Amino acid sequence: MTAQISIPSAATAAQPRHTATPAAPAEQVVRKSSFWRIRGEISRRSAWLLTGAGLSLPFVIWWLWTALGLADPMFMPSPGAVLERIGRWWTSEGLLRDIGISVWRVMAGFGASALIALPLGLYIGTYRPVQAFLEPLTDFIRYMPAVAFIPLVMLWVGIDEGSKVLIIFIGTFFQMVLMVAEDVRRVPMAQIEAAQTMGANSGEIVKLVILPSAKPALLDTLRITCGWAWTYLVVAELVAANSGLGYAILKAQRYMHTDKIFAGILLIGLIGLLTDQAFRWLHRRAFPWMRK
Amino acid sequence: MSDAKIHVRQVGKTFVSEQREVQALQSIDLDIQPNEFVTFVGASGCGKSTLLRIIAGLETLSCGEILLDGEPIDGPGVDRAMVFQHYSLYPWLTVMQNIKFCRQLKVIGDTVRHDGDVESAAGRADALLNLMGLTRFADAYPSQLSGGMQQRVAIARALMPKPATLLMDEPFGALDAQTREVMHDLIRHVHRLEKSTILFVTHDVEEAIYLGSRVVLMAPRPGRIDSIYEVPLPAQRHQDMKLAPEFTELKREILARIRETSGMQTDLEQLAKLSAVAG
Repeated sequence: MTAQISIPSAATAAQPRHTATPAAPAEQVVRKSSFWRIRGEISRRSAWLLTGAGLSLPFVIWWLWTALGLADPMFMPSPGAVLERIGRWWTSEGLLRDIGISVWRVMAGFGASALIALPLGLYIGTYRPVQAFLEPLTDFIRYMPAVAFIPLVMLWVGIDEGSKVLIIFIGTFFQMVLMVAEDVRRVPMAQIEAAQTMGANSGEIVKLVILPSAKPALLDTLRITCGWAWTYLVVAELVAANSGLGYAILKAQRYMHTDKIFAGILLIGLIGLLTDQAFRWLHRRAFPWMRK
Repeated sequence: MSDAKIHVRQVGKTFVSEQREVQALQSIDLDIQPNEFVTFVGASGCGKSTLLRIIAGLETLSCGEILLDGEPIDGPGVDRAMVFQHYSLYPWLTVMQNIKFCRQLKVIGDTVRHDGDVESAAGRADALLNLMGLTRFADAYPSQLSGGMQQRVAIARALMPKPATLLMDEPFGALDAQTREVMHDLIRHVHRLEKSTILFVTHDVEEAIYLGSRVVLMAPRPGRIDSIYEVPLPAQRHQDMKLAPEFTELKREILARIRETSGMQTDLEQLAKLSAVAG
């Protein structure tokens, strides 16, 4: 191929030939702070400061409330008491074991759910007949409360680990399938048709276009549904558990250990936050092409 | 039977939605010769994009037949590449990976491998990159490029498997006027170089005349071919020709005809009444 013939390129055409731009009037230089502008930008420092303030605000109020003696410590323990409780839980009440078993249950339920929901959602989002066949059914089941399945699960699966994992699975799976299908449907038709006109077959389109195109959205869906899996933990540990963070919270209620209830809730929130951040970090690492 | 590259005979297309049927194309007859550059203009709803998509194999026809090298069209094929208006690049691939995308496909591997001894695929990708003036951006992602550069990547990617026919559906519709001029000369250059047959849909009459050897004017409701204009310009074209009397005369004629067929003329009397009320 003779590609040497020079052609005008936009890169050179776009270069300004004249730089005689008149100086801007002084009042245009003075910019108003973009703080309250709709969708305005703020500096990195302001963003961190505001995040820090937002996260600590409830703790400060909580601390003040208890320090001023406005609350009965029986119902609302102080932050210090809760911290102390976490320490005691760690040293003598097997906190690590509780965290370990809870993380395992959540991950097993979430993992099983993802393992089936990803391929199933891919099929629903790609092939209209599969969508017509399965989507209304999935939509129907997802409105059934996962908690209501507990008696059935206990009858069918028993009261061992499997039943806890199954509750978390029921809570996340049906939502996840629908979200995955939606992610897949959002792949631009032009991307698919471009591959078709280059001679790609169905398998190649799914593997080389739809999957890579939907990947960032799929990872986001996993991040969000992982959070939901954690919210089903306490429900799952209602089922004859004798360990785990959710179980610890339920047991603490029986003995009016409000400090332990607080500790358990805070720990679940903290683990959720960490998982979420891990997913976000993975997102940034895996999809550098999304950065402008 | 003619030796036309693309032979369109009595083609009709009806879209059926829940409420009604829309006649997108009716009795289309058209022969396109090998290495011809045919442009399609017409008011919106005239079915020009639909016709292109049927030839691409992305839509099926409701009646009539289209023969490509004497064979009926059965789905999309590697011999007909399509360039879309936008969103068709793969944002997760670099410019070079986008251009080489077809190399991963089973069907292409064989066709290109045949003349692999003459020129390797890598060589062709490099040449296309150079042709498009994108050599410096080989490792950039599409999101880092301007709209004009993105469309050049899309054209290079479409050209990679050496398609005999290039189908372009308003490929420069989203570009600014200056970039578009550059792209016009580029695509004319590609046409000479690659000896491909090009079908080009646009809503810009000037673009249609400057690029095409024939301009097909289509009319809406139902979508049909209204008239076909031979462009009285030499094969070698340059921007100044847009000011030539024969160019402007043809442009005036086509624009007037589009206005007549669109059914969307501005009723000046009505407008005068409106401004009288407003005043």
